[in-house]
Amino acid sequence: MELEAILFYFFAGITAFSVLFIAVTRNILYAAFALILTFIGVAGLFVFMGAEFIAITQILVYVGGILVLLVFGIMLTHRLKGQKLKTDRYQMLFGFLISAGIFGLFIQSIHSGAFSNLPWVDQEYSQEVELKSFGLSLMTDYVLAFEVIGILLLVALIGAVRIAGNARKEGTDAA
Amino acid sequence: MYAFLFFLIFLLIYTVFAVYAERKISAFIQDRYGPMETGYYGLLQTVADLLKLIQKEDIVPFKADKKLFKPAPVIIFLAVFAGFAVLPLTSDFAGSSAQIGIFYLLAIVSLDVVGILMAGWGSNSKYALWGAMRSVAQIISYEIPLGLMVVCVVMISQTLNLQEITYQQSIWWNQINPEAENYLFGIKALGIETTNVGGILTWNILRSPLMLIGFVIFFISSLAESNRAPFDIPEAESELVGGFHTEYSGFRWALIMLSEYGMMLLVSFLAVILFLGGWNSFLPNIGSVKLAEWTSGEPGTLAGHLWGAFWMISKALFLVAVQMWVRWTYPRLRLDQLMNLSWKYLTPASILLVLLSAVWRLLMI
Repeated sequence: MELEAILFYFFAGITAFSVLFIAVTRNILYAAFALILTFIGVAGLFVFMGAEFIAITQILVYVGGILVLLVFGIMLTHRLKGQKLKTDRYQMLFGFLISAGIFGLFIQSIHSGAFSNLPWVDQEYSQEVELKSFGLSLMTDYVLAFEVIGILLLVALIGAVRIAGNARKEGTDAA
Repeated sequence: MYAFLFFLIFLLIYTVFAVYAERKISAFIQDRYGPMETGYYGLLQTVADLLKLIQKEDIVPFKADKKLFKPAPVIIFLAVFAGFAVLPLTSDFAGSSAQIGIFYLLAIVSLDVVGILMAGWGSNSKYALWGAMRSVAQIISYEIPLGLMVVCVVMISQTLNLQEITYQQSIWWNQINPEAENYLFGIKALGIETTNVGGILTWNILRSPLMLIGFVIFFISSLAESNRAPFDIPEAESELVGGFHTEYSGFRWALIMLSEYGMMLLVSFLAVILFLGGWNSFLPNIGSVKLAEWTSGEPGTLAGHLWGAFWMISKALFLVAVQMWVRWTYPRLRLDQLMNLSWKYLTPASILLVLLSAVWRLLMI
């Protein structure tokens, strides 16, 4: 087997096993850390598709930002207040049926889609991601979406400052 | 592959002597001798310490969360070491030449936060947990000015590839881009071309003099990124014993220390590449006195490798020495002062610099 194939299966395996672990474990913190592994695995798969930029953005935004926030939240609510954080399993049967159904649907559609026969799959993608053209199209063709996202983030930022700011009255159980 | 082996071995040797240098520098600053007994002038002190550390029992606290506690130091080290993958050491010797170089580096280094959180949580100790929280809050806050400074450099150089950023600060830029031109202070209207003059005049700090301020902001943030004094509130000995690594001992503790020193080296290399000309000599060509060409070899030749590695490593080690100097001369910042500095001063200043860099870039073309 080629090195690339081995690496591909490695990342695919990481993704699959960590997702499975998240589904099975009852410890929320372990689930959060496993989610990090999932994102890294997915980022690795993105690299194989020639989308390095997306892969790195995935790590930067999800792992470096959102998941750290998640873990932080769990830590602050758990150990500082002394409760155990465990989840229970509900609706095992329905959950299993629905996920098995969706899985079957995916398998079915991927098979009938016959991706490996599509003409563009075999075309060699250019190894070099053209960052310049990517940036240009972001600032021209997709500039509206880009600006809307910017405004959305600004609103979220102002909201966060408003909620966490001095205007709030100190609660009695403030640590 | 060679780059991997080189950086791994270099990092190990460097750490041994950096710890020695740290102890000596702190000693001189405090009017002491420092280690003197082991080896000539105490040179083998760290080697002896290291041998002791490796032999020590690997103590895992009884109530620790072992699944998180044990791999945490490895994750911290992996995150830091993965950053070395895209560094160009000389004009022709680098790890990956991925186009997204610097972007990758910032992303992968931010993973060490995960390791620190695992260590702090897994230890099941209040000191470790508080240390980890402070450390993570600090690293995330200072990543913003650090990242914005990188954005400034990227705007000036129009590329994310670290090797290309270094070439632009070199007298050999025309070898990869025949039409490229550097002007004094980046102002084309002045009409003084410095492409073949090189030296310090084409370093990014002078290609766009705004970067002088940028370099200072970058350096301050990088001190905080590697949890060094005056930003070492996460391991404030008087409050938290040792911060997030309080419960670690033996080899795992050594790994955490290795990562801390590795991080210092990594941010120094990065500062050198982004602002201080990477593998280029600081001497410019003056008329027929070709100082820059004499002190740097053609890319690809043996002389090019040797001079490049020499300049790169000596500049980076100099910055590491400055980090140590700062550590032993300044008192540590209180937690609120720390956050004030990042959010109220450095971040607004960096945003302003990003704007000004965009304007400066217009002068350059």
